[in-house]
This record gives sequence, structure tokens and C-alpha cells, in this order.
Amino acid sequence: METELPETAEAPEPVPEPDVPWVTLVHNDPVNLMSYVAYVFQSYFGYSRDKARELMLDVHHKGRAVVSSGSREEMERDVQAMHGYGLWATLTQDR
Amino acid sequence: MAAYFEPSDSVPSGAAIALEEVEISILRSLTVQLLELIGPGEEPSTDPDPLAELFTDGPSEPPADPALARLFPDAYGGPGVRETEETTAASAEFRRYTENDLRARKRGDGLAVVRALDTLVPGRGGGAVLTLAPEQSRQWLGTLNDLRLTLAARLEISAEDDADGLFSLADDDPRKPLVMAYLWLGGLQESLIETLAR
Repeated sequence: METELPETAEAPEPVPEPDVPWVTLVHNDPVNLMSYVAYVFQSYFGYSRDKARELMLDVHHKGRAVVSSGSREEMERDVQAMHGYGLWATLTQDR
Repeated sequence: MAAYFEPSDSVPSGAAIALEEVEISILRSLTVQLLELIGPGEEPSTDPDPLAELFTDGPSEPPADPALARLFPDAYGGPGVRETEETTAASAEFRRYTENDLRARKRGDGLAVVRALDTLVPGRGGGAVLTLAPEQSRQWLGTLNDLRLTLAARLEISAEDDADGLFSLADDDPRKPLVMAYLWLGGLQESLIETLAR
């Protein structure tokens, strides 16, 4: 959950590690309805109603949640889809 | 302004709502403004090769308008992540390759909303019953959400409690109509989601 800034960020650029997964983060915002956020997780990711609701509550209470993980290309696709739905999403490497 | 979406009696998994004339007019006008805000994206290509347009890059800078910046956020960085040259460059590249498609999607949804409103047959008093098939409901949800994000940016709602003071504005406050529209659209969106809930 807490994918904080990697400590290596200030060090010289490390060689990218191809097998370290990337994650899609969805951030809390005061506008999107809780029911809408859960609906998006259900319909785009195909998550169960319970899992979608759990992730939505994480976003709401913790400020953000990891909603998917995979290759950088896959996460870019997910982030683009989230932006299409109007959710505030970013991707980062889960180091 | 009290009507909400309900499951449709005639269209499977569809949604229906009885809209008053003034509601139709407000929805249409807000959506047209949204379409104008989103704009056509890049200028149409003058290249005679129709394929060239497919490869036209989008912008690399975030939009200056706060509402557009919320509709088209950076893909790298964000809260809790320090912005570096690397995240800025990655966001710029992502934007170049995706923003035109995103704008096209949002335009498509908005145009579907306007078209649905324009095909309504007004009854006595100018109101009409709008019925949406599930695919239309999805487009409406997207547009209702974009409208609320846009109004929230105009009302400067960016933190959880920013909205609180807005709900008790004086009647003559210039923000009052926007707040009323914001709340009404929230009710429409919430009730439309319920019709799609599986």
C-alpha cells in the first residue's frame, strides 16, 4: 500500500530493473462519488463488488490505493483508462 | 430539480428519468460548455495523407486551465512522490501519446449526451422522459463525472472540506447556481450508477 518515494531517488539514476513491477495508484479527491469509484474498479478491472468497495474505501481513507500492478506498459494503459473515467491516477515503480 | 434516474421499464438494464424543460436546457448548456472546454484537441491536420493525423502527437505540457488540468492529469508523480526530471519527462511523453485519445473519448461521451437530449420529444410543459440503453448510461456517467470535476474546479473544491461552506451559501452568492448544479449532477450520477449496479 505505502509505496513511498524510493530512497534511491536522489542517488544517480539506477539501472532500471525489468522484473520490478509497476503499480497504478488511484488518489483520493473530494469530487468523485464513492459509488462511482467502486463502479469504475468493478467495470474496468472486473473486480468483485466487495474488492472494488474495499479498494475504494482505501482510496478514501488512506488517500490512495494500489489498484493494479504489472509491466510499465500495462500500468500506462490502466492509468489512461482511469483518466478516461475521470479518476486521478498515476503509475510508479514498486521498488 | 428532484427527479433521479430509475431502472427503465422498457429497456433491459436501461435507465430512465423524467426531465423538466429547464433541466434539459441546463444539462445541454453545461455539456456544450464542457465540449467547448475540451475542444477539438489538435488542429486538424492539413496533411493530405489521412493516416498522418493518426500519428499526430498530443501536447506535452499540462493544460493551464485548472479544470482541464484535472480532466487530464499527469500520469507520473502525484501526491507523496517528489517530482523529478524523470517523472516530468515521463508525464510529458505519456501526455503526447494519450491526451488526444482521451480528449476524443470525452468529446464522444459529451456528444452522445447532447444527441440524446436533442432527440427528446417534449410533452406538455416542455418536459420529457429520457431513456438510456446501458452503453448510453456509461457515456452519461463519464460526462456527468467530467461536468462535476469541471464545476468543482471552478468552485475551487480541491480538499475534502472545501465543499462544506459552499452548501450554505447566501441566495445572492454568485456561486450559488454552480453549487446547485454541482449537487444536482451528483444526484443524477449517483442514481444512474444504481441502475448499472450488478
